[in-house]
Amino acid sequence: MIEVKNLEKSFGDSKVLKGITTTFETGKTNLIIGQSGSGKTVLLKSLLGIHTPDKGTISFDGRIYSDLTDDERRELRTEIGMVFQGSALFDSMTVEENVGFPLKMFTTKTPAEIKERVDIVIERVKLIDANHKKPSEISGGMQKRVAIARAIVNNPKYLFCDEPNSGLDPKTAIVIDNLIQEITQEYNITTVINTHDMNSVMEIGEKIVFLKQGILAWEGSKKDIFKTDNEAIVDFVYSSNLFKKIRKAQNKEEI
Amino acid sequence: MLIRYLSQIGKYFLMLKEVFNKPTKWSVMKGLIFKEIDDLVIDSLGIVAFISFFVGGVVSIQTALNLTNPLIPKYLIGFATRQSVILEFAPTFISVIMAGKMGSFITSSIGTMRVTEQIDALEVMGVNSLNYLVFPKIIALLLYPFVIGIAMFLGILGGWMAGVYGGFTSSVEFIQGLQSEFIPFHIAYAFIKTIVFAMILATIPSFHGYYMKGGALEVGKASTVAFVWTSVVIILANYILTQLLLAK
Ligand SMILES: Nc1ncnc2c1ncn2[C@@H]1O[C@H](COP(=O)(O)OP(=O)(O)OP(=O)(O)O)[C@@H](O)[C@H]1O
Ligand SMILES: [Mg+2]
Repeated sequence: MIEVKNLEKSFGDSKVLKGITTTFETGKTNLIIGQSGSGKTVLLKSLLGIHTPDKGTISFDGRIYSDLTDDERRELRTEIGMVFQGSALFDSMTVEENVGFPLKMFTTKTPAEIKERVDIVIERVKLIDANHKKPSEISGGMQKRVAIARAIVNNPKYLFCDEPNSGLDPKTAIVIDNLIQEITQEYNITTVINTHDMNSVMEIGEKIVFLKQGILAWEGSKKDIFKTDNEAIVDFVYSSNLFKKIRKAQNKEEI
Repeated sequence: MLIRYLSQIGKYFLMLKEVFNKPTKWSVMKGLIFKEIDDLVIDSLGIVAFISFFVGGVVSIQTALNLTNPLIPKYLIGFATRQSVILEFAPTFISVIMAGKMGSFITSSIGTMRVTEQIDALEVMGVNSLNYLVFPKIIALLLYPFVIGIAMFLGILGGWMAGVYGGFTSSVEFIQGLQSEFIPFHIAYAFIKTIVFAMILATIPSFHGYYMKGGALEVGKASTVAFVWTSVVIILANYILTQLLLAK
C-alpha cells in the first residue's frame, strides 16, 4: 500500500499538485485519471522520486520516502517497476537485453539464470519471436509488452504505468490493460496507472483517483462513477456521449 | 545573463561530481567502455587520418611557396610542418573537428535518451544515470592521445610527401628540418593539451545532452549548442594552457 499525504509540488510559480491525499492499495489496479495537464504525470513521478515534492509525505508500506537514507531509497527502487508513456526501452539493446537489464544491474544472477527469468516474463506478456530484435524493429503494442516485461522482471512490489495504452488501437489497449491487471493480482503488486482513457477506467478501474488542476476532486471505484453526483467527475466522464448513454442505462437498471 | 552562465558552470561541476559517484557494477561498465571506445575512438580514426594527411601536405606546400627569399634554407619546410602539426594542428584543430563529430554524437545520443525518458527509466531502476552514461565516455577518451599521435604522424607524413613529391624540397632537407631545434617539452605540451581537450570533449556534449528539455527538434538544437560551447572551451583552454606552459 502506498499512502500519500498532503502532497504539494510546484514548478517555479505554477503550483501543479495542490495537496493530494490518498492511498493506493495492494493487489489492485489504482488509476489516476484527469485531463491533460491536470498533474497525473507529475504525481506519478513524485511517487517515483523523480520529482521531489515541496510538501507532504509518501509512504511505501510504512516506509516514508523522505526519511529514507540513500541506500534505503536505492533498495526501495529495486522493488519498483515502471512502464513509461513512450515505453522508454533502451534502443541500443535487444528486447532480451532490455528485459534482463534490471537483473544484470541489481542481482547476482548468472547469465543463464537471467536468461531463464527473462524467457519466463517474455512468455508471460505473450511476446513471440522478438527476443533478438531492437525496439525500433517492433510495433508500439509489442514495445509496451517489452516495457511491462522489463518492469516486472525483478518481481516488483510496486508497478507504475504512465498511460500504458496511449497510441494503441482500442483492442490492443484492452489487452494491455488486462495484462497489467492480471499481473497485479497474480503477484499481489501495488499498481498505479495514469490514464485518460475511459475504456481503461471501465475495464480495470478498481480504485480511481480523479485529478482536476492539481486537486484530488474525486475518488472511488468504477461502479461508484455511475452513481456519483460529483460535478467535476461527471463532467469529465460524460464529455463523451457514449458514456452519457451508459450512465442513463445503468441508473435505470438500478431502479 | 552572467548569472545564468555562472549557474550553468556550477551545474556542470555538480554533474562531474555525480559522474564519479555510486559507480555502476564493473561487469556492466566494462561492456559500456568497450562500446564507447568503438563509437568514439575507433570510429573517428578514418576522418582524423584523412584530414591530418592532407592538411599536413597543405602546410608543407604553403610554407614552400612562401619561402621566396633564397637566403632562407629549404629545411625550414620540414621544421615549419613539424611545429605547426605537433603544436597546434593535431591537438587543437583536430579536437575542434572532434567537437563536431564526437560532440554531436554524444549530445544527440544522450539527448535522445532524455526525451524518450530512457534516462528516467535508468534513474527509476536505481541506476546512477550520469555515471552509467558519462563515465565510460571519459574512460574511452583516455585513448584520445593515441588518436592525436596518429594525427601528428600522418600530418608530418603528408607534409613530407607533398614536399618531396611536389618538388618543393628534398627528403634529406625535409628530415633535417624535422630534426632541427627539437624541444622535447613541445611534445609534452601537446599531449597535456590533448588530455585536457579529451575531458572537455567527453563532458561538455554530455552536459548539453543530459540536461536538455523538449523533443526531437531540441535534440538537434542541443547538438549545435554543444558544438559551439565545446569548441569555445577548447579554444580558451588552448590559449590558457599555452600561456601557462610555453610562455617564459
Ligand atoms: N518538469 C516540469 N517543469 C515545469 N513544469 C512542468 C514539468 N512537468 C510538468 N509541468 C507542468 O505541470 C502541469 C501538469 O503536467 P503533467 O505532465 O502532470 O500533466 P498530465 O496530467 O500528465 O497530462 P497528460 O495527460 O497530457 O500527460 C502542466 O501544466 C505542465 O506544464
Ligand atoms: Mg502525462
